[in-house]
Amino acid sequence: MKRIYVNEKWCLGCHLCEYYCAYANSGKDSMVNALKNVKINPRIQVEEGEGINFAVSCRHCKDPLCVKSCITGALTIENGVISFNHDKCVGCYTCILSCPYGCIMPDSEGHAVQKCELCTKNACGEPACVKGCPNQAIVFEER
Amino acid sequence: MSKIVIIGNSAAAVGCVEGVRSVDKNSEIVLIASEKHHTYSRPLISYLLYGKTDEQRMKYRPDSFYSDNMVDTMLGKTAVSVDPKGHTVKLESGEVISYDKLMVATGSSPFVPPMKGLDKVEKKFTFMTLDDAHALDKAISAESRVLVIGAGLIGLKCVEGIADKVKEIAVVDMADRILPSVLDAEGAELVQKSIEKHGVKFYLNDSAAELEPNKAKLKSGAEVEFDVLVVAVGVRPNIALLKDAGAECGRAIKTDNKCQTSLKDIYAGGDCTESYDITIGAERVLALLPNAYMQGNTAGVNMAGGEQLYENAIPMNAMGMFGYHMITAGSYEGNVYTEKEGENYKKLFYKDNRLMGYIMIGDIKRAGIYTALIKNQTPLDSIDFELIKQKPQLMAFSAEDRREKLAESH
Repeated sequence: MKRIYVNEKWCLGCHLCEYYCAYANSGKDSMVNALKNVKINPRIQVEEGEGINFAVSCRHCKDPLCVKSCITGALTIENGVISFNHDKCVGCYTCILSCPYGCIMPDSEGHAVQKCELCTKNACGEPACVKGCPNQAIVFEER
Repeated sequence: MSKIVIIGNSAAAVGCVEGVRSVDKNSEIVLIASEKHHTYSRPLISYLLYGKTDEQRMKYRPDSFYSDNMVDTMLGKTAVSVDPKGHTVKLESGEVISYDKLMVATGSSPFVPPMKGLDKVEKKFTFMTLDDAHALDKAISAESRVLVIGAGLIGLKCVEGIADKVKEIAVVDMADRILPSVLDAEGAELVQKSIEKHGVKFYLNDSAAELEPNKAKLKSGAEVEFDVLVVAVGVRPNIALLKDAGAECGRAIKTDNKCQTSLKDIYAGGDCTESYDITIGAERVLALLPNAYMQGNTAGVNMAGGEQLYENAIPMNAMGMFGYHMITAGSYEGNVYTEKEGENYKKLFYKDNRLMGYIMIGDIKRAGIYTALIKNQTPLDSIDFELIKQKPQLMAFSAEDRREKLAESH
């Protein structure tokens, strides 16, 4: 299955992936409406260090601890994608407790979580972070 | 083709079904459970009362789960004995069910300690099952005064569920703090203060010495009037079925790292079993939903002829009270690193080059990175511990570890 992989050597730390992610998942039809004067809460997060940056998003593990730990059944594996059912989530955060990569986070309302679903459920169709990365530090491929 | 029989219908049972089916699509699976309901998530009963879910959404798996997985259900049937030699389970109805492999996921039951005058209390409840939740919901009104005995996870989630529906709510616990199994004193105080803002009154270091029909006389001398009593002092593992069959038991059923009991062809998982807690190096009951699923799943894979080991169980909890969240894991032993700022509180416990446990309250972002350090027993000198102390982050790992995490498939 195609997954998102990052190459920290090429990451500029520009945070564009975060903006593209927030836009793609906003449901809004323009970047201005989606992002201007908004504190974005993207599903991909750039870690910054001394001369090193990289973006982190759901690894779509084959043996996902989040899915096994979810107390509601809101997290499932659908064709290899770790999918999230907002309707079932009660925001207990057991998945946040369980994810070894720190890739599930509270959503902006704080009543449920959110996670990368590889843009399978928004209008983008393919991972927006990958499309928007100016230096191919984030790729979407089989490995 | 073999016949797998599962007793129970909650997280460990579902984990077992999914474990079996990940290896074996053909074996017959029969699932027996006392409750008539489709599998539902027990911890969601408080969210049901709180209005954050409903009976349809709290189903732990979709309506098609049993048919999708070719499971024959016998719901509303109670298993009363197991004959390990004859490979049979006897039901209350008198029916005898044969098995090739048996999974026991009988869970736990609320413990109601003897309390003077309890028999005189008319409206008294425990808080464990969907039926308990419905019964409690029926008994309360906007005029109710509720007394909850027990300030643990179950008691407090019950409080959250009904606080806005009743007039008064008080909580009594013998411990000196709320959530004594989960929080340290300082963290507990923070959470307690936040809960008190919702009108909840606590009586800690105290217990109900005597109950009258509508009044509790506490050991301290205080008196609490109530209309509805909830007893949530703890749970006891349901071990009788297997203990009577001769399985090795401590406080709960003993299992190995394949989740097999001491009896041939009999596996067990969930609240009725002990787990080996790697943070204390000893067996203990870890009555937690994720743990139950992992045990059940491991049992299922092994029952179906696959091989899966479960060897990194730890205590862990994620819990929110009125939107104030806490995540905790492991054991609180060793050196302590503390961060406290406003409503955010964090404590890391470490010794012998390992993270042993942590408490995060308020800001719980990326807590799982800490959980993984505990579960994987990551040597702290192999990461930048000073950096990861500040906040959970992958930057603290070596370049090679980061590459493995972010540039390889998992």
